Amino acid sequence: MISIGDFVQDLLNPDLAFLPKALLVAVMSSVVCGVIGCHVVLRGMAFIGDAVAHAVFPGLAVAFVLQGSLVLGGAVAGVVTAVLVAVFSQNRRLKEDSIIGVFFVAAFALGIVVISTAPGYAGSLQQFLFGSITGIPDEDVYVVAVAGAVLLLVAFLLHKELVAVSLDREMARSAGLPVFWLDLVLYVLVTIAIVISVQTIGNILVLALLITPAAAARLLTDRLGVMMLLAPVIGGGSALVGLYLSWSLDLPAGGTIVLVATAVFLLAWFLAPRHGLLARRRLHSSARTPEDEARRDTDLPGPAEERTPVGSRA
Amino acid sequence: MTAAATTGAPPVARTDERGAGAHALSVRDVSVELGGRLVLHDADLDVDAGELVGLIGPNGAGKTTLLRSVLGLVRRRAGQVLVDGASGSAGTRAVGYVPQRHEFAWDFPVSVEDAVLSGRVRGIGWLRRPGVADYRAARESIDRVRMTHLRKRPVGELSGGQRQRVLVARALALGPRVLLLDEPFTGLDVPTQELLTDLFAELAREDGKAVLMTTHDLVAAMHTCTRICLLNRTVVATGTPAELRDPEVWMRAFGIATGSPLLAALGLSTTVDHEGDA
Repeated sequence: MISIGDFVQDLLNPDLAFLPKALLVAVMSSVVCGVIGCHVVLRGMAFIGDAVAHAVFPGLAVAFVLQGSLVLGGAVAGVVTAVLVAVFSQNRRLKEDSIIGVFFVAAFALGIVVISTAPGYAGSLQQFLFGSITGIPDEDVYVVAVAGAVLLLVAFLLHKELVAVSLDREMARSAGLPVFWLDLVLYVLVTIAIVISVQTIGNILVLALLITPAAAARLLTDRLGVMMLLAPVIGGGSALVGLYLSWSLDLPAGGTIVLVATAVFLLAWFLAPRHGLLARRRLHSSARTPEDEARRDTDLPGPAEERTPVGSRA
Repeated sequence: MTAAATTGAPPVARTDERGAGAHALSVRDVSVELGGRLVLHDADLDVDAGELVGLIGPNGAGKTTLLRSVLGLVRRRAGQVLVDGASGSAGTRAVGYVPQRHEFAWDFPVSVEDAVLSGRVRGIGWLRRPGVADYRAARESIDRVRMTHLRKRPVGELSGGQRQRVLVARALALGPRVLLLDEPFTGLDVPTQELLTDLFAELAREDGKAVLMTTHDLVAAMHTCTRICLLNRTVVATGTPAELRDPEVWMRAFGIATGSPLLAALGLSTTVDHEGDA
């Protein structure tokens, strides 16, 4: 285990130039995933995130075989799969999760077939699945930075529409919002967030960056705005701490980052204000009486109190 | 027997049928086909400002379909829907929709105020944030449903009746002329139902909204609605509760026999029962 001071020195060491790059990419992608993940968690579309994570694989494989940009290849494959899922889900005979189940495994299978044609594929397969902090090219740092900024901007600009659709699809549709296109935009956002994160953390663990920080943030607050600030902070912090631990203890980066994020999630579960396990126990033992709880559950403060304003209305 | 039994047409002659004073909501000969099945045909219904109309019929009668066709959510095979004399999206804009409570994601981390504000998304427009006018409108509609004291509360912590109020406030936030309520009483206890009914009646009477509400609570509807529309694939009859005292109409709408407890509950069965016994 090396000290934090040594870690900072390693970051500045020109011989270890891959380290600050990995840190930068890991933190940036965690922040982006944290924000986009809020939509994923609140809509209950974690499975879609999982699907997209697998679906980018054939694109990475093709890009690897053709020596092209991995980010670009992954993005194309992920977006194509996301669009296919969105289009095929319009048929209400099959539920969306079945459609997703069909396409994401197919995409993953295609990826394995493609990458098996490349010489020495076992090593690169492992790199794709579990991530690598050593092999990030300079231009990918810029790609991640630009793509991440665009993603956050789009999520910000379409925030109220995306939320309106998540809150109530029928209402959004009747209000004239293009629900299908907004769904598609969200799928694409998720895809790109995943693609830019795959490099450091790997194809299988990337789902954790999307779900875990957002889920932990949800436990800590009842306000959407706060949640969307907390999630990227938790994600970015987990990436920073995780990379430090992985470097100093010689552990795989992706796995360590995910375990740190999971630890934060568990802490939130136990310690969250009001809803956490401890807070609930404290509530039960002191301040609130059972009657208070019961009153909270009834409709309005009480019929009498509710009727008074009727008469007082001018 | 009575005028109320006439198919389609309202029993009370309306002087402004084709006059300048258009109905707040006018459904004309609407037919809807879903999956190749005609679920609604030649439905005719007018709702005027100040009316609270109960849309009543058995399951599968097309009540929700009728609401959805007013909202433009299902394609009509034939017919026309006019809101304040306007058709298409111009008309839909003047309709406030209160869906069934389960349509809304109550586990979302938003406050009552945010939820109501989401009703104005369309009015706010793309790439813009809610302004003073939007917050004011949201606050007024929250006040109208008497939820001001819970304005900041997360929606997940509300009771069923409070949630229904939030949905009504959200629909009111765009200042609609017509209010469509889909099964607002499902899963609520009787005191809560009565408080909500009072609210809906007020919205019609005092605010001049044209309120159309589907419900399975027939007794309450006969009690509180200014008019009743009996639907079964098409409009079987419309009229004031007093005009719909003919059990035959109800038997036709619900496909029930003379001895049905439903008629007894509505207080319509006595004479029929005697005839049946004889």
